[in-house]
Amino acid sequence: MEYLKIAGAFITLGGSLFILFASIGLLRMPDIYNRIQAGTKASTLGTLLTLLGIGLIHTDWLLKIMMLIIFVLISNPVSSHILGRAAHYARMPISDRTEVDELEEDTNIVSQEREEEK
Amino acid sequence: MKIKAFTVIFSILMAVWLILNQSVDIEYLVLGAVISVLLAFMFCRGCSVFNDINFTPKAFVYTFMFLAVFIFELIKANFDIARIVLTPSLPIKPGIIKAKTKLKSRMARLILANSITLTPGTFTIDIIDDTLYIHCVHLDDADREKLGKKIIRKFEKYLEVIYG
Repeated sequence: MEYLKIAGAFITLGGSLFILFASIGLLRMPDIYNRIQAGTKASTLGTLLTLLGIGLIHTDWLLKIMMLIIFVLISNPVSSHILGRAAHYARMPISDRTEVDELEEDTNIVSQEREEEK
Repeated sequence: MKIKAFTVIFSILMAVWLILNQSVDIEYLVLGAVISVLLAFMFCRGCSVFNDINFTPKAFVYTFMFLAVFIFELIKANFDIARIVLTPSLPIKPGIIKAKTKLKSRMARLILANSITLTPGTFTIDIIDDTLYIHCVHLDDADREKLGKKIIRKFEKYLEVIYG
């Protein structure tokens, strides 16, 4: 039992490290899309490991924590996708280092075609 | 094909009920089963997203293979992001590329887009018809079309089998 608790503590520590990386990424990245990239990925695994560590310390919660993990895995990418999509359609400024924006090109073509139809 | 949606909704509800109660006593089983059957019966008509799942042994095996690949990619993605944000020069080269998917089912496209969001250096901004718009952190000069195909193929080959 003691070993499980120590392993759980280390896994929780690892999870919080990933959340720390996510917040450093949020500060350092140049534009909203790259910030979402850093925020989503690192915080998903961070939350997952933190929950798993708690599950190992309190083994009777493990099944319920598995359900929490599934909910986090489903909801995290969906919310980040919606944020990114909303930002793109609201024309948030994109970083100068961006190589290519094919969504911008394609949506412009679509809106031009619609105006021509009118 | 409402039977499939009914089965999937029923099993999800029943599993959640049993896990939350953490008991397999007969009264919990019966109560959970009755409520799950009622809810699944009420909602299986409006819920079309589960209709495309294949219930074959091959699809079952591929689900586990998909999960294994997904978890491996998720861990790789995190080390990738950690390496980028801790490098002083911030080695990124972002760009939004498009990639076409062959998947027809809406549920399969949803899972594909969400898996891409959680894999190294990529995240799905939008889906218009069968085209996914993916934001990449490292955009190699090489071939954008090939890169998009590579990102999609990783998960598409499993989802093709699971959702016909």
